Amino acid sequence: MSILGTRVLRTEDPGFLTTGAVYTEDVQDERLAGACYVHFVRSTVAHARIVNIDTSAAADAEGVVAVYTGKDLADAGIGSLRPMPNMNQQMQQPLLATDVVRYVGEPVAAVVTEEMYQGEDAIELVDVDYDILPAVATMHQALSGERGLLFPDAGTNVAVKFGDESASDPDLFDGCEVVVSEVIQNQRVAPAPMESRSGAAAWGDDGRLTAWIPNQGAQGTKGAITGMLGLDRDQVRIITPDVGGAFGAKFGADAEHGVICWVAKQLGRPARWSETRNENLLGMPHGRGQEQKVTIGGTRDGTVLAYRLEVLQDCGAYLKAGAFLPMLTRMMAPGPYDIPRAEAFTTSVVTNTTPVGAYRGAGRPEAAAAIDRAMDLFAYAAGVDPAEVRRKNLLPKFTEPHKTAFGAVYDSGDYAAALDKVLAAAGYDELRAEQARRRTAADTLQLGIGLSSYVEITGPGGEAGGPNENGTVEVYPDGTATILTGTSPHGQGHQTAWAMLVSDELGIPIEKITVKWGDTDLVPRGGGTGGSRSLQLGGAAVQQASRELLDVARERAAASLEASLSDLVFDSGTSAFTIKGDPDVSVPLTSLAESERLFVHTVFTAPGPTFPFGSHVAVVEVDTETGKVFLRRMVTIDDAGTVMNPLLAEGQRHGGIAQGAAQAFLEEVVYDDDGNALTATFADYPFASATELPSFELVDMETPTSYNPLGAKGIGEAGSIGATPAVQNAVIDAVSHLGVTHIDMPTSPQRVWRAINAANGSKEA
Amino acid sequence: MEVKLTVNGMTRSDEVEPRLLLVHYLREICGLRAANVGCDTTSCGACTVLLDGESVKSCTVLAVQANGRSVTTSEGLVADDGAMSAVQQAFRENHGLQCGFCTPGMVMAATSLLAENPHPTEQEVREGLEGNFCRCTGYHNIVRAVLGAAEKLSGDQTNTEVTA
Repeated sequence: MSILGTRVLRTEDPGFLTTGAVYTEDVQDERLAGACYVHFVRSTVAHARIVNIDTSAAADAEGVVAVYTGKDLADAGIGSLRPMPNMNQQMQQPLLATDVVRYVGEPVAAVVTEEMYQGEDAIELVDVDYDILPAVATMHQALSGERGLLFPDAGTNVAVKFGDESASDPDLFDGCEVVVSEVIQNQRVAPAPMESRSGAAAWGDDGRLTAWIPNQGAQGTKGAITGMLGLDRDQVRIITPDVGGAFGAKFGADAEHGVICWVAKQLGRPARWSETRNENLLGMPHGRGQEQKVTIGGTRDGTVLAYRLEVLQDCGAYLKAGAFLPMLTRMMAPGPYDIPRAEAFTTSVVTNTTPVGAYRGAGRPEAAAAIDRAMDLFAYAAGVDPAEVRRKNLLPKFTEPHKTAFGAVYDSGDYAAALDKVLAAAGYDELRAEQARRRTAADTLQLGIGLSSYVEITGPGGEAGGPNENGTVEVYPDGTATILTGTSPHGQGHQTAWAMLVSDELGIPIEKITVKWGDTDLVPRGGGTGGSRSLQLGGAAVQQASRELLDVARERAAASLEASLSDLVFDSGTSAFTIKGDPDVSVPLTSLAESERLFVHTVFTAPGPTFPFGSHVAVVEVDTETGKVFLRRMVTIDDAGTVMNPLLAEGQRHGGIAQGAAQAFLEEVVYDDDGNALTATFADYPFASATELPSFELVDMETPTSYNPLGAKGIGEAGSIGATPAVQNAVIDAVSHLGVTHIDMPTSPQRVWRAINAANGSKEA
Repeated sequence: MEVKLTVNGMTRSDEVEPRLLLVHYLREICGLRAANVGCDTTSCGACTVLLDGESVKSCTVLAVQANGRSVTTSEGLVADDGAMSAVQQAFRENHGLQCGFCTPGMVMAATSLLAENPHPTEQEVREGLEGNFCRCTGYHNIVRAVLGAAEKLSGDQTNTEVTA
């Protein structure tokens, strides 16, 4: 019987639970012996000209080996980071600020010390003289130019636009009986993986750099480092230790990583860096950060005819993935709905804030939040139940690919079935009855029920070209096997999952299978783990490699047994080839590796990305006197095709739901009018804890894709895409009878309380 | 300054800088790197260890404050034969960990919680772990793990009583 589809426990866990995983900061390696420590002096102001940097006191401090500034890097010929080709090319980021600082937390100088604690002391002694410039603290200030430009040479604060605004249809909402418009904040949040950023770098006598960096794909990190430092690819080896969470924020490499590699070269000794949480919340790219104007129209019976989405994206001070992500938001704008007329335009602007990058879902949660908030706005305006509006407008079930007006090709879907199943599981009618009872009784604790129906895109690309990933499988005479993969787990459990795939094909027990990734000398190519791509591409590659390995082995077995290929049968139960009709004659697979290495390297290429979908029901209680929100239930369907290991898939859903829900009612990165970060520690940033979340009620549904033999779509981000609008809609639903039509995220007690008071005309709003 | 303390059952003494944090003492001097530093504000609990049997956040304890006391880390929960503790096993069986960074601290907090309250409700588990952050699991399976460990431990006790 196949082990695929069963709840195999993780082989990673015993080590993680006892001596702990080995993160970058834990790495003990002789190449790092005698390492110095790098600490960064960071800008304390959002926007200023650097008049002078006095490093003399720091240089004289105990244990200080060296102090470097942007000038030292420039003198060494290290240039600035360039934006992606289609963006404003003047918006470049130096690894260390040179003439201007553009956000609080931007690295200004690097202080190198013998011991870890000495660096914390010494950075205080670097004296930076700033000539303060007006801070462009908001996207509207960026657009208007009222506070000037971050990059005067660029002539604008606009980095890039997607969608042709001039082609907007002025008659888009013609024939609509109900038209609603709302400006929605999809606020900035912090990815905040539990492991902050870190790195370690050592140069060998051969002139090669070895760098240990927590990442989501060592090959991409290698490309980033070689680009920053102007190195050849064969000069750099990236090693990926265990990674303590990433959520999109550890792709590639950051400026600090480039600096520590350069410092190690300058000093001719290894260098290490680990940031504090304060630095992490200031320096690691944030997520989301969109203002969305939605306009939706249709007929009174709840049929949607037209939808317009206008997005303003906050890039922060420099152009990371955040500048680009509105392209995905635009592509997924209509979500799972069949809307006859839809258009979407996006504008990405720079502000004097921490750069914005990818965060779990990366562009798609923003699209889902906009359309599902719009659906509720429309439902309330039309006076039709939100579930009914969704049912009426969802695309009907399809098994052949469906191309949308925005160029996405949805592979398979049954959106209405997901909605109906999740409503039944949640007991939707009973919930509405309970809500009505509380409304009649004017209870202080009101009940809110929120829905979302989403579709997202996973596995959109490989290292180059279309969706692809490589995998290598080798079998050894001692009965063990090794897998090399271009994916890069950081909590997902590939060590277990990829071993299951090989074990299922080859009959080798999973505890005898080693999975390796993230060392660019060992795995030179690979697209890493992100965009929920791993199983549908990397897992499929591992399975394909196993099957191709059996083909090679079959040839050897035929020769060995002097049998024809067609007479050979492989029995994965015994991991041996036998001859049809003569079960006594067999040859074990592993023995076929004795005289010659038995391995296959292969690339799996998919016809396209896949489109997982689902529906969420959130149930909240809202205290109408204090505005406090209590999240009581999350009932979800997240259909990611065929599930390979339900234990792991459920874990991915749980984590996604928690992060998505947390954005809706808890988390927000806040800046003041001068661009100071007000949420720069875990004491200030409202990271979701165990008391704020319920246990989750997962409903299963599997609609396989034909795009890979596993039938699998991505599951890593699904929860975070469906949960945000469901929870936000639930909070608004709880107080909608009081006249509230919209509350921005996070639905904090203050915002909810004000919304209630505003709706009843109170001056306290 | 000299500190003398018991770490995972072994007595040791070391010369330390007065401001050295217990978590850095454990990691850098004792070589016990399971406990992690996840924040600067005693918020996240990734560094949780037991000090004289009670959970503390070792980023907010100086090594010198542990002088004369006993420290247990997740390395120290493993039996001599290599078997994981009931709490550690329950975390594995319930998939209560993903990236693993919060895990050693979470396991120590859960161990302390169950020592204080062997039969917690779900709400009590959630409240007991409020000071330990996890970004991966949404806490769902962590709560299941702690409840599962409680059940296992009370079951074992019942069996022991029956046998006795």
